[in-house]
Amino acid sequence: MDETAIEVEGLTKLFGDVVALEDVGFSVPTRSVFGLLGPNGAGKTTAIRILATVLKPDDGRALVLGRDVTREPDDVRRQIGLAGQFAAVDPNLTGRENLRLIGKLTQMETPAIMPRATELLARFDLADAADRPVRTYSGGMRRRLDVAAALVPHPPVLFLDEPTTGLDLHSRNALWAMIRELVDEGTTVLLTTQYLEEADRLAERVAVIDHGHVIANDAPSVLKAQLGSTVAELGFEDEASSERARELLVGRYPGADREGDTVRLSTNDGAHILIDVLRTLDGVGMSPSRLGVHEPSLDDVFLALTGRKAEAEGSAEEPVAATAGRRRRRGAA
Amino acid sequence: MSVTTTATATTRERSAVARAVRDALAVTGRNLIAYRRVPQLLVFSTIQPVIFVLMFRYVFGGAIDTSPIPYVDYLMPGIFVQTVVFGAIATAIGLASDMKSGLMERFRSLPMARSAVLAGRTLADLTRNVFVVILMVVVGLAVGFRVHTDLLGLIGGVIVLLLFGYAMSWIFATVGLAVGDPETAQAAAFPVLAPLVFASSLFVPVESMPGWLQPWAENQPVSVTANAVRYLVLGEAGGDASDVWQALAWCVAILLVFAPIAVRRYRRAV
Repeated sequence: MDETAIEVEGLTKLFGDVVALEDVGFSVPTRSVFGLLGPNGAGKTTAIRILATVLKPDDGRALVLGRDVTREPDDVRRQIGLAGQFAAVDPNLTGRENLRLIGKLTQMETPAIMPRATELLARFDLADAADRPVRTYSGGMRRRLDVAAALVPHPPVLFLDEPTTGLDLHSRNALWAMIRELVDEGTTVLLTTQYLEEADRLAERVAVIDHGHVIANDAPSVLKAQLGSTVAELGFEDEASSERARELLVGRYPGADREGDTVRLSTNDGAHILIDVLRTLDGVGMSPSRLGVHEPSLDDVFLALTGRKAEAEGSAEEPVAATAGRRRRRGAA
Repeated sequence: MSVTTTATATTRERSAVARAVRDALAVTGRNLIAYRRVPQLLVFSTIQPVIFVLMFRYVFGGAIDTSPIPYVDYLMPGIFVQTVVFGAIATAIGLASDMKSGLMERFRSLPMARSAVLAGRTLADLTRNVFVVILMVVVGLAVGFRVHTDLLGLIGGVIVLLLFGYAMSWIFATVGLAVGDPETAQAAAFPVLAPLVFASSLFVPVESMPGWLQPWAENQPVSVTANAVRYLVLGEAGGDASDVWQALAWCVAILLVFAPIAVRRYRRAV
């Protein structure tokens, strides 16, 4: 079934003169995870806050399960759960009291609230701490409680704003597993993240946001394929040598890009890239002063996307839903 | 489909009024738990007025002439008013903390009555004032304060105090929502309160002040409320019946002005 849970069109939000979002559009099918990927200040949180009815857009439209966030906010609020970047739980209440408060305020039947709270506390590994004030919790425990609070009324749509920022590896993996479980049970999840890896693990589709614009909307595997699975960075003494190295390598690695005294290359060839690059450079008597290989990160996505931007000038202006599988661009900035 | 039915199965449609009351009580309860669990909040808001009582009763009091009524009887109604006025800062701090912590943002994403956060905050602070005022009356009795009228007068005085404290809470609700940070709210409160609390009839008779200050000190709401409470607990010697009506008028006026401002602020806050 391809029912649409979230539909966003032409969403625009200004804070004074600052454009937080401009003509943003995407759609999220039910029972899927959609990722908003972007650096700090890209507009991800603004998008989530508009969808969660906390903020009003200046232009455009957003529907959650067919309800308009500005015209029917109360109907939207009945369908959503929101877990923010900062653990929004009351430090003076116990974990159980926090969940009970949310149960009451989401208009749940009173007898249903306590069993639901107990169930969620167990599920998020907080049963032992359930009756302790939250101010005694660790950061990871607070974050888990925050997500649990979002789930109290069984919302069919869940918004998670950077859910794993600040979590240790163990908590992060546990939360990832939890999100997959929720989707299996029928929940639609919209999450924001700064980590390509997180988007890759969880999301069926990812919209990359930069300065309030959607600059890509694709399956994470497609984004990564464009990038190559390995990124190599070579540092040189000065810009002249780095430029010379780039010219030497660009034939074999068309994505080769220079920024100051650093050259970046990506490949699907794994770490073999190093042997190849060093051989090529050694052939003309050059060697880099610094050298690193890593998995592609958000930075690399941006480099790749903005690098190709210039070539792709004047591409389609259709709504995202219609351009499924392709990158969306705005004609005018 | 099943996804949407699970959401409605455990929730219930309620009338707007029922929801507003239920939600306001839920938020009130939540705020009162904080007072119970962090008693420092209560202790600090009572230690300061107790120090004022001791200082004015035993240190400055001898130099202040309030005849024919004994100074301690003049002082205590002033202390009661001071207590509820400074206590209203808690409203600002509470709301600002909720904004800073992100809890306010969560509340705004919930299908709860829009009025509940402000109603719940101010009602919790009203409940707290009931305890604080009773405590201060006991402190007053311990240092020699006596009611000259009767129990009814005392109850009337307490009601005026609570109403005034409630009105002040809405002023500070506006302050808290405007600054959005508990430390700033605390700092912003003092300059607002100093001219109200100190240039008033709370601790010394207005007649002892310079002429240019007297019109303000005589007619501003904090003095009027103190005079109203004095009339209710001390009789004609303490004040005038018209002070009671003026005090009530001030409460209504403050609520009429600040409640809409605070509500509008809340809608735009976060």
